Amino acid sequence: MSDYFLEIQNLTKYFLLNNDVLSRLTGKTRTLKAVDDISFFIKPGETLGLVGESGCGKSTTARLVTRLIEPSSGAILLKGEDLLAFPPSRMLAMRKTIQLVFQDPYSSLNPRKTVMQILSRPLEVHDLAHGWAAKRRQVLHLLRLVGLGVEHADRYPHEFSGGQRQRLAIARALAVSPQLIIGDEPVSALDVSIQAQILNLFRELQEELNLTYLFIAHDLSVIRHISDRVAVMYVGKIVEMGTVEEIFTHPQHPYTQALLAAVPEADPRKPPPRLTLHGELATPIDPPPGCRLYGRCPLATEICSQVSPPLSDRGGAHYVACHNV
Amino acid sequence: MADPVLQLDDLTVRFHLKRGQLTAIDGVTFTVHRGETFGLVGESGSGKTVTARSVMRLIPMPPGEIVRGRILYEGTNILEHSDQQMRALRGKKIAMVFQEPMSALNPVFTVGKQIADALRTNLGMSKKEAKTRVIELMQLVGIPSPAARYDNYVHEFSGGMRQRVMLAMALSCNPVFLIADEPTTALDVTIQATILELIRSMIERFNMSLIFITHNLGVVAHTCDTIGVMYASHLVELGTKNELFANPLHPYTVGLLNSIPRLDAKAKYLTPITGSVCNMLQPPNGCKFHPRCGHAMDICTQEIPRLKEVAPGHFVACHLHT
Repeated sequence: MSDYFLEIQNLTKYFLLNNDVLSRLTGKTRTLKAVDDISFFIKPGETLGLVGESGCGKSTTARLVTRLIEPSSGAILLKGEDLLAFPPSRMLAMRKTIQLVFQDPYSSLNPRKTVMQILSRPLEVHDLAHGWAAKRRQVLHLLRLVGLGVEHADRYPHEFSGGQRQRLAIARALAVSPQLIIGDEPVSALDVSIQAQILNLFRELQEELNLTYLFIAHDLSVIRHISDRVAVMYVGKIVEMGTVEEIFTHPQHPYTQALLAAVPEADPRKPPPRLTLHGELATPIDPPPGCRLYGRCPLATEICSQVSPPLSDRGGAHYVACHNV
Repeated sequence: MADPVLQLDDLTVRFHLKRGQLTAIDGVTFTVHRGETFGLVGESGSGKTVTARSVMRLIPMPPGEIVRGRILYEGTNILEHSDQQMRALRGKKIAMVFQEPMSALNPVFTVGKQIADALRTNLGMSKKEAKTRVIELMQLVGIPSPAARYDNYVHEFSGGMRQRVMLAMALSCNPVFLIADEPTTALDVTIQATILELIRSMIERFNMSLIFITHNLGVVAHTCDTIGVMYASHLVELGTKNELFANPLHPYTVGLLNSIPRLDAKAKYLTPITGSVCNMLQPPNGCKFHPRCGHAMDICTQEIPRLKEVAPGHFVACHLHT
């Protein structure tokens, strides 16, 4: 039996672009390597923060873990069991174990349904409550859990603010008593003062319900606040992974260092944001061999252009993928 | 202190909507001096974008209405300008950079043509002259291979590059004043750092004045000289950057600063501001922040506090500080 709640091994997702006959015949198909051989684990009850900039593959990773899209290769182990080997009947049950909360509180709730209907749906799909009274009880319980009230049950999504709608999305995820919640940028679209409320809510729920989180965000301060461990992604690869303390106080990978240096802190006495990496993001389409950061990295050497560095443990479960560090 | 370039005096803008009247900005007063960077900070619904667009007179009237106030540009009230006079200002003297470059740039024209349009319209340049200048500008803002990319369309650029295109367009006629409305919000943090550095170097080079609108306190901490905090249509606090961060007075400003997760420290729980912003169609009586304020007194529910100078250069609109 595994110690890990979730373990991802060599997960890959390639998208074939222009996969038409002519392109295939002339050898002109292109491959977008959205997620390229990533491995990580999450222990029960902990929060793994997944951070990276646009196009790094973090959202694709979230969808792969829940099998909303199928991986090209690799393994996903849920409490030690191979998720990819689950037949459709077990997949439905799996959907109770892992739930997603999305970024946009405006498009993730059905505008034509009331809160009662939206929150009852998972109960109906998974046969968790029978009859209106039982569903009502559950729905009111869920609303209370997320800091909303009975008066909200019969309203429509458009009657709520962004922060409240995100609470509804969380309530919906909780309806099936999940064990793992994947938040795909769940606070990015919210105002700063509301972000704080929702982050606190995530915290409280984790303690109260013993939840495990995979928390995806691009905002480093948010990641620092909510995570126990952090994985940094860059163009489809994990470049560094470790405890939140280690990553934020002793970042080793040049990309992690660049990310941290670029964040403007809300204190004029702190150093201003700095650019330590120049040039543009590498392309995930038919990438050349070697490290994805080659071309922008101040530490690059010959081997970096030829061999993609493996993620290796540098001590204390601090993993870095770099030939020169 | 350098001369004032832009002065907003008691600016109040209301919208007449089917569902009611909405006063988007109320009594907004501040001054931006030559070479100064003024940060306008606030969350959704605070009125900061309406303020920016009012300066450019881009608010459709109706349903908008300037209820009262003046906007003085180099001493002249531009609210009294004719359309022709405003056109002479827009793009030439006062330029604007918008938040979402994909929506602000025209997808059916090449990038080169769009920047050239600004030059040809405002400065009367010929097609050839304009093209040369555009390529220079694209170079200036750091777009690689500008001559080749002149004929590219907006969708062929990444977010950061599109923002550079907007910046090139805004700078094309050497404006005296730039208004940047959330120019880096949609961008990744490393791209944000690049664009902020670019804006800073342009300001220095051309001695421009800048109004920088954002909800990101980290960004204002490192780019602005003076900061104005807006909440639900009012300017609630105004002061130098150092003063505001060291000694925030308005409970909203304090709440905002306390609710931000920090990069260097880790608290188990954040201290958010309770509740959410009021319904602007039916705002509460008195101070609009009072329902969320831990220091609310009786007077707060009755009288809207006015902006008062409580320390040199530090203004706050709060009954606690009268």
